[in-house]
Amino acid sequence: MSIDLKTIKHISKLSRISVDEKRAEKLAGDLNSIFDFIEKLNELKTDNVEPLTSIAETTLKLRSDKVKSKNIREQIIKNSPQDNQDYFVVPKVIE
Amino acid sequence: MSDITKQSLTELADNIKDKKLSSTDVTKAFIDRSEKSKELNAYITEDFTSALDKAKKFDQKPNLDLKLPGIPMAVKDLFCTKDVKTTAGSKILNNFIPTYESTVTENIWKEGAILLGKLNCDEFAMGSSNETSFFGNVQNPIDKDLVPGGSSGGSASAVAGQLTPITIGTDTGGSIRQPASFTGTVGLKPTYGSCSRYGIVAFASSLDQAGPMAQNVKDCALLQEVISTYDPKDSTSIDFKRNQYSKELTNNIKGKKIGIPKEYRVDEMPKEIEDLWQKGIEYVKDCGAETIDISLPHTSYALPTYYIVAPAEASSNLARYDGVKYGFRAKGENLIDMYEKTRSEGFGAEVQRRIMIGTYVLSSGYYDAYYLKAQKVRKLIKNDFDEAYKKVDAILTPSTPSSAFKIGEKTNDPVSMYLNDIFTVPVNLAGLPGISIPAGHDSKGYPLGLQIIGKAFDEQNILNIAFAMEEKINFKNKITEWWIK
Repeated sequence: MSIDLKTIKHISKLSRISVDEKRAEKLAGDLNSIFDFIEKLNELKTDNVEPLTSIAETTLKLRSDKVKSKNIREQIIKNSPQDNQDYFVVPKVIE
Repeated sequence: MSDITKQSLTELADNIKDKKLSSTDVTKAFIDRSEKSKELNAYITEDFTSALDKAKKFDQKPNLDLKLPGIPMAVKDLFCTKDVKTTAGSKILNNFIPTYESTVTENIWKEGAILLGKLNCDEFAMGSSNETSFFGNVQNPIDKDLVPGGSSGGSASAVAGQLTPITIGTDTGGSIRQPASFTGTVGLKPTYGSCSRYGIVAFASSLDQAGPMAQNVKDCALLQEVISTYDPKDSTSIDFKRNQYSKELTNNIKGKKIGIPKEYRVDEMPKEIEDLWQKGIEYVKDCGAETIDISLPHTSYALPTYYIVAPAEASSNLARYDGVKYGFRAKGENLIDMYEKTRSEGFGAEVQRRIMIGTYVLSSGYYDAYYLKAQKVRKLIKNDFDEAYKKVDAILTPSTPSSAFKIGEKTNDPVSMYLNDIFTVPVNLAGLPGISIPAGHDSKGYPLGLQIIGKAFDEQNILNIAFAMEEKINFKNKITEWWIK
């Protein structure tokens, strides 16, 4: 298979990582060599194999829906990108 | 005592318990050694002043019943530490100060240990040489300009260079065992679900595990005993009966059946590694164990599988770094532009590459061909181990296909870098425990490791085998302290 510049641009858009022409060419080269290596999996017939979805075959435990962390508002606000004691101020994310 | 930093964790803990040393003595010694070892670049964040305060406080009212009484310890900078900067080796988290503690580090402090600082690692633990860190290369104490391995490279360098008596790393595809092998130290990757992932910066959630890195097997067992707890805060943490690994440690492995998988005899494996493996087989036989030839037929498919599964999970986990809620934010003309510039400027090249691989294999039209296929092959790899463990108690392999390489030697060839993890990756894919112990030197005097892989939750057994082998091997690291100023 071959990953061309158009595909790189597409993946870059999906990944929300801007990539200029020069980087795109380097990435195409890298990704092609990595995917050449990955293609080895096609040697295997896996039609009747169940995919592994969980490494530990246990059922998830349920917990009661109770609040455990109390009064940690200050802690949460601490990593807010703008200093504001009352709110978590972020850029407008709906356009 | 001038040779404090040469002592093992077990010796230091005993000396503090017997009041031959105070926590302040020990903490001062490791701070002093760390100060003289800047050239290794093992630390990202030093927390020395606070460590000394804590040591003095400990000495005023020492609780000597604890397992790590007043022991100073630096940890990989992938563990969230409350009020201490946690970067994951990335520019994007360069200003991140967690307001909570990871369960694993919490367990360590509860047993009396004291945080010395945060250790360098590959960015988001993605790398095998510590060269992808935003904070620069780490030097291997074994030789100048030699990589310490990765991603827990700072951790391995700090233990081998005696900047910390012991440490913890994380292992997604070999990130504890490979650097342990490159630095002549012991590193254990526990069974998936043994150590809580709560508060560890996520890379690939179905593969990530925390584990101890130490100077010897006994220290490793002691720290594993401390960090492995069931934690409701991690939904994949498993509630099983955990051993008192250090107390139950024994060198009696008579009658144990050890599998030798023929598929690990890979093409172009250096003769030195082949010979080391053969010596390992003789050692376990000397200990009264029996070796049995086994087959793990899908071994060669493990790396290609890993390079689909791990980037896929990473691309999803790292979607949270968008510059909005926390971490680095670039200026953009509009929202999308801000996202794209933040991630382009905030992530390094390897992380971007893996996010893009992951995004591609999960994208519409490619999911079945890549991701689903990889999950099926992962099942086959796990089945190989299940089959093998019907016949054997553990498996012995080399830890890595070579000794440590030079800084810069593999940075331009991602696939050759990935091949470093050829013997460690299958263990993560199958969720099993594996330990690397130093077993010899190559012709350059660089350390080489052997890996013992166990059944799920059977850490005690591989620790015992490692303990018995360690005694026979009697490994001595060749360190000249070239970096000490």
